[in-house]
Amino acid sequence: MGVTAARRASTTDGFGVLWVAIKREPWVFTLSTLGSALFGALTVADAWVLGWSTNHVVLPAFRDGHIGTGWLLAVVGLFVGVAILRAVGVIARRLGAGVMQYRMQAHYRRAVTRKYLELPLAWHHRHPTGELLSNANSDVEAAWAPIAPLPMAVGTVAMMVIAIVQMFLADLVLACVGLLVFPAVIATNLVYQRFSSPLMTRAQQLRAELSGVAHESFDGALVVKTLGRESEETDRFAVTARELRDVNIRAGRLRAAFDPTLAALPQLGVLVVLAVGVLRVVHGGALAGDVVQVAYLLTIVAFPIRSLGWLLGEFPRSVVGFTRVQAVLDSTGRMPYGEGAAARSASGAAVAVEGVGYTYPGSSGAPLLRQVDFTVAPGRTVALVGATAAGKSTLTTLLARLVDPDHGRITLDGTDLRDFAQGELAGVTALVPQTAFLFDDTVRDNVTLGLQVSDDEVWAALRTAQADGFVAALPDGLDTRLGERGTSLSGGQRQRISLARALIRHPRLLVLDDATSAVDPEVEQRILTALRAGVASSGTTLVVVAYRKATIALADEVVHLENGRILDRGTHVDLLARDASYARLVNAYEQTDETTEGMSA
Amino acid sequence: MSAVDSGETLGGIETIRRGLRYSPELVSGIWTTLLLAVVASIGQVVVPVAVQQTLDHGLHGDHGADVGFVVRAGLLATLAIAVTGWASYAMTRRLFTASERGLATLREKAFRHVHDLPLLTQSTERRGALVSRVTSDVDQISQFIVYGGLLFVVSVGQMLIATVVMAVYSWQLALVVWLCFGPLFASLRYFQGKLSAAYTQVRRQVGAMLSAVSEPVVGAAVVKAYAVESRTQARIDAEVAATQVAQTRAQGFTATFFSLGGLSGGLANAGVIVIGVLLGLGYLHSGGDLTSGEVLAFAFLVSLFVGPVQTGSQILTDAQNAVASWRRVIGILDTPADLVDPGEDGEVLPRGPLAVEFDQVTFAYPGGTPVLHDVTFALAPGVRVSVVGETGSGKSTIAKLLTRLMDPTEGVVRLDGVDLRRVRNDSLRQSVVLVPQEGFLFDDTLAANVRYGRPDATDTEIEYAAGVLGLADWLASLPLGVQTRVGQRGESLSAGERQLVALLRAQLDDPDLLVLDEATSAVDPALEMRIGRALERLMSDRTSVTIAHRLSTAEAADEVLVVDGGRIVQRGRHTELIAEEGSVYARLHASWMAQQGG
Repeated sequence: MGVTAARRASTTDGFGVLWVAIKREPWVFTLSTLGSALFGALTVADAWVLGWSTNHVVLPAFRDGHIGTGWLLAVVGLFVGVAILRAVGVIARRLGAGVMQYRMQAHYRRAVTRKYLELPLAWHHRHPTGELLSNANSDVEAAWAPIAPLPMAVGTVAMMVIAIVQMFLADLVLACVGLLVFPAVIATNLVYQRFSSPLMTRAQQLRAELSGVAHESFDGALVVKTLGRESEETDRFAVTARELRDVNIRAGRLRAAFDPTLAALPQLGVLVVLAVGVLRVVHGGALAGDVVQVAYLLTIVAFPIRSLGWLLGEFPRSVVGFTRVQAVLDSTGRMPYGEGAAARSASGAAVAVEGVGYTYPGSSGAPLLRQVDFTVAPGRTVALVGATAAGKSTLTTLLARLVDPDHGRITLDGTDLRDFAQGELAGVTALVPQTAFLFDDTVRDNVTLGLQVSDDEVWAALRTAQADGFVAALPDGLDTRLGERGTSLSGGQRQRISLARALIRHPRLLVLDDATSAVDPEVEQRILTALRAGVASSGTTLVVVAYRKATIALADEVVHLENGRILDRGTHVDLLARDASYARLVNAYEQTDETTEGMSA
Repeated sequence: MSAVDSGETLGGIETIRRGLRYSPELVSGIWTTLLLAVVASIGQVVVPVAVQQTLDHGLHGDHGADVGFVVRAGLLATLAIAVTGWASYAMTRRLFTASERGLATLREKAFRHVHDLPLLTQSTERRGALVSRVTSDVDQISQFIVYGGLLFVVSVGQMLIATVVMAVYSWQLALVVWLCFGPLFASLRYFQGKLSAAYTQVRRQVGAMLSAVSEPVVGAAVVKAYAVESRTQARIDAEVAATQVAQTRAQGFTATFFSLGGLSGGLANAGVIVIGVLLGLGYLHSGGDLTSGEVLAFAFLVSLFVGPVQTGSQILTDAQNAVASWRRVIGILDTPADLVDPGEDGEVLPRGPLAVEFDQVTFAYPGGTPVLHDVTFALAPGVRVSVVGETGSGKSTIAKLLTRLMDPTEGVVRLDGVDLRRVRNDSLRQSVVLVPQEGFLFDDTLAANVRYGRPDATDTEIEYAAGVLGLADWLASLPLGVQTRVGQRGESLSAGERQLVALLRAQLDDPDLLVLDEATSAVDPALEMRIGRALERLMSDRTSVTIAHRLSTAEAADEVLVVDGGRIVQRGRHTELIAEEGSVYARLHASWMAQQGG
């Protein structure tokens, strides 16, 4: 939906969004609206009580010089009774509106995250992380923001209707005068909304931009500092901060002009009612109490009319938020699963990659993988070797079926990966990616991910991953909470936790995508030794993306990838002998050694 | 480890006092604004007074109904409404301008200060939290001042003026009104406590919920690889439900509290009518001088009371949030920036290769044990030095001290004989460049990122620099060359490519001391070798310190410093060090060779 179209259609669409909420939560809506109507009716009733008291108690008492106790008790009873009922109305309205809003937020947050979990990784890759997060957070919030003023607005409409009827009952002429006030207030409100909503939208955009600049700048603090660019960064931030300031000031000026106008309209209305009222009273057309009542009605109803403005003001953001959320919910594409079960034996899995091709979704570029064929026998170890961007990581995500190939197929124990039932493949395969993701949870839960295992097993997995040492040194050991995205650990430590997570599952196929890149060589050497021993005893099939000869040495076979194709495969020794570019790649260091020695000699 | 001052120890009044000192614009011309606020508040009593005057003098005057009087009174009241309306306009305008200006200044100051904080502080404090301190926290203060603050001033003004006018009419009735609102005022503190606790709980819970909601997005690959969808969903559902409960609970308190204002209003109305009639009839007071108009005017005055009390309660809750936000922003500014730029008085480093000297340098993170002990070494200008050691040995600390990302706890780091703390910041950043392991990129073009440290560099210069480093082919292979956009945090490029950009940046900056901290850890060995050779050429005219796991760098260096347990344990050429049997370097080299040889 275009921006201009959004503005035109927003009022209707806004009601459309609200209708979704009303259909979903009809009872809460009814309750809060009844509460609001009760509140509105009783606010008007208050004016009626005042008018009644004026005519039946105050004026007769002052005229006659005495008043019966019964009348006074009636005044107390009426005012207090109305007040109590009105309090009930207030609670029902506010609580109802809150409950409805929170429920809708909860419904949609659950629905959106469910969708995220269901949609395939390829879909996730097409959408920026920030966008998906704001779909689940601020967009959901914006979509249901108009619920808060909704019952109040409905109640206000009820109150206005009742007030108008009351005014007509009191005095026809005065009512006509009063009737001029309501449209004037509504019109002023609409004009105000029209002028202020572009400013509000702009301010919202600027706030998002400001936050983006701050995030990026603080994330890049090291670069900013080492290149001495703090002042320039502050300037960059200040440009947006100042624009936000200016937009806010402009919105403020607008408000400064409209607020007193909105306040003055009913006040002027009251003055007119008084002047006209006196004439009516003088000519015997109205009672003094009627004048007081109409004047009072104007005073109390004029302010709540603004809640209609608040409601309409929330609409544009609400419609945009709802449209974005709905786009996620309408996304199709879920990874299809078959019925197949994967054998949970202790032996390694047989893997076959047959004619696999893969192109990054939405890219017009060259395929990342073309005609890739190889097999891994159970319990064997294959190293994927290749230059940066050769397609190694892509191949690992295909092996774990995070994405499906465009061409060809991958089988495990002879079954196409796509034929396994959901969860089956994950039960026997583990992928350790280069960038470790840690959950906002304890070390234990980050390793087990809910798997029912003893602490001894957790420690054993941590030991193989060479993570037992630093975990034991953490303040609460296994119970230490790893902060949001695990920021309290170093990159190498996070990789080791991530590795332990794979190892504890005793997978039949273990795929390591340069999973120890941030670990220093000595520790890496120990990990590899432990891994080699573990793999040998359990018979796990291992596919490992490798740069270093020590890792390659683990492998029974090497697959050399270049530009998405298999250039050659065989043992390390064979490849060294016959594949020149392979030799160049893995021998890079030794060549330098020779050069250096040559130079120093 | 130290963290950014949370400001939690600051009292409310103290927070405001300090806040105003940081944003003096907030109080500039405040007295005029307050005066206007008083005038604007008076506008609120115009109508009740007009009602009273009309009833008493227009309708029930000494000579019967007096239409002329009513018209005159009406015109006067209209004038009063116009004047007070103008006052309200001027006040709001001034308030918005002053507060937005003041807060924009506060925002910029706080943002700048974050960058001046030592890096160690930045790594302990979560960056997201720092971002919210310069964005949403400031917004919260701004929203409060211009909406809540304004309403609060107007509300209090309204209540005071209503009280004064009521007291002028009848002090007894004024007392009745205050007595009816008494229970509400008395319970204010109790409800404030409840409300504040409930909303704090909501905020905390929303934080936890957002963190859970982010998992299927940020951790999508892991969730899918381990098929832990239902576990993830269960965690989200639990947090979403808990959030809903907390929100509903807080809303319950708000609604209950809000309803009390109306109750008090009803009570006050009844009290005013009953007591007013009794007073007027002389039952309660000897001199029955109250008129019917005055009694009815009270009903209007009471409604002036109900509104402010209700909004006031809401505002007090917002006020607590705003003060808490203000505290957090002030907390940033109160955290000392350890690395003080000597500015104009500082020394300027000469151009050309720099001599480096560590003089009995000890470094410990605040509250931690030292990670460097009494390290002393000197490097001649123009040497290529490699620093090696295990993870946690302290070699990265040396890089950070060398580039003044931190200052030593004890001892002195000198460049060209000058204490680093005496060097002007602009001179330091021009002469010394650190290429870190994580080459952070901004969401912009590759060219913009490369010239980040030298904005005047042309595309041709960038391409030339790439040629020197042997990266021309790589640059050419990118879809739009140097104009290729790198994406958020540079994520459109691979980790290795990001490091290449960082190297290009350094090449373009032409520093006199180049510090490479694991700068090429993520490129494949062949590419690393290619850059390695180019870097060697680059290093020839300057002093360079390279920190690397890969000992291939050490083999090519003029000199190797071996760090172990925070001390320099060996120093010399690769060939000499390797000959020292059983040494740390020999051990490192053996494990390195084991990896290479397989």
